[in-house]
Amino acid sequence: MTTMPHRLTELPRDATTRIIGFSSATPALEMRLREIGFAEGDTVQPLHFGLFGKNPMSVRVNGAIIALRRSDAAAILVEPTA
Amino acid sequence: MSESETMTKTVRLALLGAPNCGKTSLFNALTGGKAKVANYPGVTVEYRKGLFALPGGREVELLDLPGVYGDCGHSMDERVAIDAVRGKLEGERAPDGIVFMLDAAQIETHLHNVLQAKNYGLPIVLVLNMMDMAARDGLTINVEQLEQELGLPVVTSVAVRASGRAHLLDFLREWTGDIAHGSAAVPTEQPGELREIQSRARSVSRTVVSRIPRTETTTQKIDAVVLHPVGGLLILFAILFVMFQAVYTWSGPAMDLIEGGIGALGSAVASVLPDGLLESLIVDGAIAGVGAVLVFLPQIIILFAFILLLEASGYMSRAAFLVDSIMAKVGLNGRAFIPLLSSFACAIPGVMAARTIEQERDRLTTIMIAPLMTCAARWPVYFLIIGAFIPATKVGPFSVQGLVAFGLIIVGIVFAFIMAAIFKRTLARGESSGLLIELPSYKAPVFKDYLRGLWDRAMIFVTRAGRIILPASIAIWVLTTFPRSAENIEGTFAGMIGNVLLPVLRPIGFNLEMAISLIPAMAAREVAVSSLATIYAVSGEAAEGNMTAVIASNWSLATGLAFLAWFVFAPQCLSTFAIIRKETNSWRWPLIAFGYLFVLAYVMAGLTYHIARGFGLA
Repeated sequence: MTTMPHRLTELPRDATTRIIGFSSATPALEMRLREIGFAEGDTVQPLHFGLFGKNPMSVRVNGAIIALRRSDAAAILVEPTA
Repeated sequence: MSESETMTKTVRLALLGAPNCGKTSLFNALTGGKAKVANYPGVTVEYRKGLFALPGGREVELLDLPGVYGDCGHSMDERVAIDAVRGKLEGERAPDGIVFMLDAAQIETHLHNVLQAKNYGLPIVLVLNMMDMAARDGLTINVEQLEQELGLPVVTSVAVRASGRAHLLDFLREWTGDIAHGSAAVPTEQPGELREIQSRARSVSRTVVSRIPRTETTTQKIDAVVLHPVGGLLILFAILFVMFQAVYTWSGPAMDLIEGGIGALGSAVASVLPDGLLESLIVDGAIAGVGAVLVFLPQIIILFAFILLLEASGYMSRAAFLVDSIMAKVGLNGRAFIPLLSSFACAIPGVMAARTIEQERDRLTTIMIAPLMTCAARWPVYFLIIGAFIPATKVGPFSVQGLVAFGLIIVGIVFAFIMAAIFKRTLARGESSGLLIELPSYKAPVFKDYLRGLWDRAMIFVTRAGRIILPASIAIWVLTTFPRSAENIEGTFAGMIGNVLLPVLRPIGFNLEMAISLIPAMAAREVAVSSLATIYAVSGEAAEGNMTAVIASNWSLATGLAFLAWFVFAPQCLSTFAIIRKETNSWRWPLIAFGYLFVLAYVMAGLTYHIARGFGLA
């Protein structure tokens, strides 16, 4: 079992885990992700995937459900699930 | 300021908050929906303001602002809302206080935005809205503790119910008194990076919020069906299909009633007025022209009844989710779906709504293809031609006319995708940005808000009939009536203009009347219908005003189909090109839009005509 952070996109459907940070490569995207409701410590759970290439995906975070593309979701780093 | 002036001073409050938190419901409930809709100077984001009186008599001016997620202003809508509370909008006084609305069930998600708003330098009250729904989801909020943690007054509400607003109104009565006296507390928050503010907000919500372990919510149960990768798309397609079928099958009786009324009005006026020019102007010009468009009001209302229901229920964002991967194939932004869907009503709000797209190249592509969505102004043309040439029979449960209309819409969408792919590879080359939207909880629409929205849409259509169709009908009447010496339509001014265009349009099957009708249709596409009504009325062929029968007997099927094909692309509607000019701040994009639409309209109408003739449908 690796201790490296996973990307949100690596989670299977319905798995829950915590956000531990954001990829530093895209500061502008990080701002937008934070504003819409993602933050360190939040529990996230992928709910639904689109038809082509599992894209986009919807994610439950706190009381909200956010839809986003995989390329953006990859910037959200999460704890590996057990 | 004297004491009595302070007592009666109108207090100006701004409604701030994330999208879908219930701002507009509260606004409608408080102001009775009597809003003034205006554009901010220099930009085209709409805002509404309205007046209402609090218990005790103080007057409040309320501003309903676009939803915001933070204070960065990523999109034009958000920048406008933030500028408005900061008093940076030209010609608008800064508000005296902020009513910050928060969907109580989303408190953790949006609390950072409240902390940011504390630095706008205005008194703030935090309204925790939809407390009933939050409680149902197993959420409890310690309100007193939240007040202490934030240093702000906090009021709970259920904005859609009078009993749920009573507490808020009582609070506002005292608070606006304090504001008028200049004694309301102005909060401040230690500034910092979004990350720090967010972490402070999260620790506040961990202190005051408790959630019982979540069972599956109703929204999740619905989503399990509606967002299924394959099933969801089928459901979306079925909804759109039913919508366009309903537009045809439900509207018949109401349309017959309006058509009968207009015919009766025309005959009544004709019997009162002496025969002559004035009678002709009113009956053939004004009544026939405006009537030909007004008769489509029931269909417009049914169309919007569906669109508004999809919006208010929360389904619209799901539709955006479902089509995103298809849109991505042509390099389009997933968010483009919502502007494009608005374009089914009218391309103008669609072009404006593209402002929510942050990537400039994506915004331009969306703007360029918006005119290919079947706007409400095309419906009268479709209804007329389909009514004249397509039998009103049914195949199974489906109306054939509805099927043809649905087909025309699909053709428009297919060409929009082709053009988007072309633009993204040529003039608007570049990376596309993401989707990133909230999927709000499903809600039963508030009936009053829903009716208000429907009424507004119907009024826009009727006012257009008065402001654009009436003058255009009178202009076309003048052109088709003078000079008086003319023996038939060919001798009139309109005939002369039509004859100039005819050599270009005859190869694609158009006749003189059609050529004439295309010119005033530049004002609005549906004017083509009212112009045809006037042209045939003046030439005495449509005495009873039954346009469908006149078209059916005067045009060949091939010609009718070519006209339909032309209107799928319809390089008409000057207002659309004007708004593209304004939104792109260049002549380049409106000219390109006109050019490609004209070429497509001409080629496709020509192909349709010749193929139909090839099948012996002349």
